[in-house]
Amino acid sequence: MSISKQDVEHVANLARLELTDAEKEQFAEQLSAILKYAEQLSELNTDGIEPTSHPMPLLNVMREDEARPSWPLEEVLKNAPDEEDGQFKVPAVLE
Amino acid sequence: MSVFDLTLQDIHSKLRNKELTVTDLVDASYRRIADVDGRIGAFLALDEENARRTAQQLDKQLGTDEPRGLLFGLPAGLKDNIVTAGLATTCASKFLSNYDPIYDATVVRKLRDAQAVTVGKLNMDEFAMGGSGENSAVKPTRNPWHPDHVPGGSSSGSAAAVAAGEVYFALGSDTGGSIRQPASYCGIVGMKPTYGLVSRFGLVAFASSLDQIGPLTKNVEDCAYVLQSIVGHDPQDSTSLNVTDIPDYLSALTGDIQGLRVALPKEYMGEGIDPRVKERVLEAIRVLESLGAVVEEVSLPHTEYAVAAYYLLASSEASSNLARYDGVRYGVRTDNAGNLLDVYRYSRSEGFGPEVKRRIMLGTYALSSGYYDAYYLKAQKVRTLIKRDFDNVFANYDVVVGPTAPTPAFKLGEQVGDPLTMYLNDILTIPVNLAGIPAISVPCGFADGLPVGLQVIGKALNESTVLRVAHAFERSTDHHKQRPQLKA
Repeated sequence: MSISKQDVEHVANLARLELTDAEKEQFAEQLSAILKYAEQLSELNTDGIEPTSHPMPLLNVMREDEARPSWPLEEVLKNAPDEEDGQFKVPAVLE
Repeated sequence: MSVFDLTLQDIHSKLRNKELTVTDLVDASYRRIADVDGRIGAFLALDEENARRTAQQLDKQLGTDEPRGLLFGLPAGLKDNIVTAGLATTCASKFLSNYDPIYDATVVRKLRDAQAVTVGKLNMDEFAMGGSGENSAVKPTRNPWHPDHVPGGSSSGSAAAVAAGEVYFALGSDTGGSIRQPASYCGIVGMKPTYGLVSRFGLVAFASSLDQIGPLTKNVEDCAYVLQSIVGHDPQDSTSLNVTDIPDYLSALTGDIQGLRVALPKEYMGEGIDPRVKERVLEAIRVLESLGAVVEEVSLPHTEYAVAAYYLLASSEASSNLARYDGVRYGVRTDNAGNLLDVYRYSRSEGFGPEVKRRIMLGTYALSSGYYDAYYLKAQKVRTLIKRDFDNVFANYDVVVGPTAPTPAFKLGEQVGDPLTMYLNDILTIPVNLAGIPAISVPCGFADGLPVGLQVIGKALNESTVLRVAHAFERSTDHHKQRPQLKA
């Protein structure tokens, strides 16, 4: 599998990354090499093999639906790059 | 000799007899950090004021009958992906360089309950992605045994700080070998517990189905003490195992491995393993045999596929987990944003280093429309095959042994431009994370002055047997007593 610069641009957009031209070229080359290496997995017959998403058997973990105290607002907003009136503030979604 | 070369029991008996105070221990830690850390680069932040205050409180307790915690007074360092309220937690990333957590990870609370003293936060590969420490956005960490060599990673600072005598013990995290491989490179003990045994609440997520916190110590007994202090069910981590009867790990350290069945996978001693590493491991196996263990060669036939499966799975999980870094709620927001989409794109691009971007790209690709079945789903199925390999061997054996890493520590800069070669260093540690089982790395000698680690792998939740084997081996050798010659 060879990754083109256009593929890199498509994936970067999905991942919300803004890459320089140099990065795009480097990633095209490196991701191609990594995916080529990963292609060895296709040698294995995995028909009828269940996928493993977690090493241990997992069930949904529920707790009682009881109200519990929240963090104080000022603590929650302490790390916010920008805030106003107790809310996270961001630039306009649409220009 | 450093006070940290004393055994935990000796330290505690000296504290009891008033030959030593907790303040002395904390002093020793900060003095050593001041003397050597400029050259090692293990620490990202110190918490000196709080540590000294805690030490004074613990010293007051010394004169009383109040019961003392298992890790009473011991100076500890924490990998900087373990969140600490009021103490910066950066994951060695520019993105989180200003992050000041509002809560403590469960393990931090548990260390406090055990009365350890946190002295500071330790360097790492950014977001735990890497195997050399060179992906830290702050500075590389150097191997205390040789400054030109890497300490391993991603728990680079944790391993180096323990090896250099800057702390008594450290916590790290292990997603594909990130505790065991640096422990091996730095000549110390490092353990990855069974997935779910230690709470991940407050561990900054990299690959949630693989990440696990564990101890880095100078010997196996200390490892058992630290492990005992951090395990247990946590309702705040939905993947935390509800183990009702946690064993007493210290009582497992009997030294008796007579008749124990030990498997040596031929794939762990094959192509790509440095002959010097192989030789040290074969010597270690003779030690185990001399103690009465029965060692036999076995096969883990899917080993060669583990690295490919791991990098697809771990990167996919990472691409999802790291989507939270959007520059809205915390972290460093770009100055170059006109609209919200720009906030995401530029904050992430300016905040993440090359390896983090590479893995987000790889994971996003593997999860993207049209490729999911071929890459992500295929890797999940191969994960099942790798897990079955271990199940088959563990039907007949108590532990699996082999090298922790294929080579001793490599040189700084040697593999930076070649991510795939760097990934292959993890070939012997990755299968363990995929299977979710416990493993330890214990020093088993040197190759041209650089440490080599023996890996002991056990069945799920059978930490006791892993520790027993590692301890029996350690007792019969003196590799773990060697210290790097770091002049103050």
